Amino acid sequence: MAQIVLDRLTAQFSGGEIIEVGSSRGNEWARIKREAWVTVCKFLRDDPATKMDMFIDLTAVDRMGLRTFPEDAPRFDVVLHLYSVGHKHRVRLYCGVPEEDPSVDTLVSVWEGVNWFEREAYDLYGVRFKGHPDLRRILMYPEFVGHPLRKDYPKEKRQPLVRRQAGTRE
Amino acid sequence: MSDSNDHDSHLVPPTRRVVLGFKDAEDLDVPDLPTEPLPLNMGPSHPAMHGTVRMVLEVEGEKISTADIQIGYLHRCFEKESEAATYTQIFPYTDRLNYISPMLNNIGYAMAVEKLLGISDELPERVKYIRVIVGELARISDHLTCLGASAMELGAFTVFLYALKAREWLFELLEEICGARLTVSYMRIGGVAADMTEEWGAQLLAVLPRVREVMSDISKLLDRNRIFRDRMDGIGIITKEDALAYGITGPVGRSTGLAYDVRKDHPYLVYDRFDFDVPVGSVGDNFDRYAVRVEEILQSMRIIEQAVPTIPAGRFMHPDPRVTLPPKSETYNSIEAMIAHFKLIMDGIHVPPGEIYSFTEAGNGELGFYIVADGTGRPWKCRVRPPCFPATAVLGKVLPGLFIADVVPTFGMINMIGGECDR
Repeated sequence: MAQIVLDRLTAQFSGGEIIEVGSSRGNEWARIKREAWVTVCKFLRDDPATKMDMFIDLTAVDRMGLRTFPEDAPRFDVVLHLYSVGHKHRVRLYCGVPEEDPSVDTLVSVWEGVNWFEREAYDLYGVRFKGHPDLRRILMYPEFVGHPLRKDYPKEKRQPLVRRQAGTRE
Repeated sequence: MSDSNDHDSHLVPPTRRVVLGFKDAEDLDVPDLPTEPLPLNMGPSHPAMHGTVRMVLEVEGEKISTADIQIGYLHRCFEKESEAATYTQIFPYTDRLNYISPMLNNIGYAMAVEKLLGISDELPERVKYIRVIVGELARISDHLTCLGASAMELGAFTVFLYALKAREWLFELLEEICGARLTVSYMRIGGVAADMTEEWGAQLLAVLPRVREVMSDISKLLDRNRIFRDRMDGIGIITKEDALAYGITGPVGRSTGLAYDVRKDHPYLVYDRFDFDVPVGSVGDNFDRYAVRVEEILQSMRIIEQAVPTIPAGRFMHPDPRVTLPPKSETYNSIEAMIAHFKLIMDGIHVPPGEIYSFTEAGNGELGFYIVADGTGRPWKCRVRPPCFPATAVLGKVLPGLFIADVVPTFGMINMIGGECDR
């Protein structure tokens, strides 16, 4: 359904920016090199053939220990879903983010609404978005230690609410 | 998929906007008083903040200069809990996402898992019809709650009581079909928990004219009401560009003129068989959001009235033993069925490895489920794309420049639901 998006991507970027493309269960997806993340997204938004003008969703996946995933692949994936209102097609983009340096450029300059979604991915997975204007926790409280959706964060772990020290701002 | 021309012919501009010729506030001779910036904290427990959200506003006099919206007070670790639950055990968690239209969350989640299993095309027709009917019922109750609560916050308590009266009739029907008013857990992977009876359908059709009457009463009370219109017209304008950049869908998105409704653009279940219109606003203010919701209630009733008489007979569960529990008579009388029952309950439904993004039109817009399956009975990741999350995010951009009193109707018409926004 959205094969045209993948065709446009592979035609436009031949320098290794697109690592892999595929289609499964009606969802088209592409794996993007981390350095080209913003460039590719901007192209998808502005190209008249793809015109992914609507931002749908951004989240992350922790693949640590996932049997169906190659071992040498980066631990985290930032996952972006886009939609084109005019062409009515969608695409899913992955950006691999390694454990040692869990960071990627922010997309706030491309779609303003990415702001809160990136804050959530940072809050729950600890992926840092470089250049984000306001990278605070959003669902957890500021004193929370760790990133709860990482696979090495135990589900049963409890953290007492830490009292804010006098004189510090949140 | 329907083509775009077909879609355009089904758009309805909001017809409720009657120009009343009020005198604008700017015409009044009000002198500018000297002010200084003052931080003001609204929430998380504030009478007008239904759902727990905190707004840190900076005001100059009555005017808001910056707004910081802080959510997360209702975070219940939906995703983390889901990763440890079997696919069936997640249904009760989805009830608590948008807790005033839990049926629609149930449907969205069930459809995502069915797509992963590859059984969505073979679902019994009856299941699809039942899902459309109860889903539209939930949508009506969702919009009624939003309209009623927002009107109450503006002082129209009668409207609140009327809306809740009508919602109560619908909840009674939902209670009869699934045993619960709010936390329904009515969907199952591959079907629904219990069949719909003919008498139930007749009762439902008998209730709809009464709901229509209530809607007419509400419109008469609000549409030309000076107090209501003064606080709705031109307040809290969201542009179409913002709706696209923020990913705002549903009634809030459509109020900006963005004609996107999943039921029309990507028909699922059997929505393509029914005749209904998608109301679209033109200004993007609070009044457009009100008008779109009123019209959507009427359109949902149209869908139900078409679906109930044409519902086909058949099974209410997919026959595949990989997803469906064996009948109780067999479970207790044969060892094979007992083992199958045990395995399905303890290990869960085994979903083949893969990833899916499945989306449906929930009360607040596109409700997406992004599920990563690893081949076991529990999801590796079960992400919800909450439709009111981006709509709440845009408040930080919309509120500056408005008055403190405008926060109440603007926030009410966004219809932020804490359970869904914070998960």
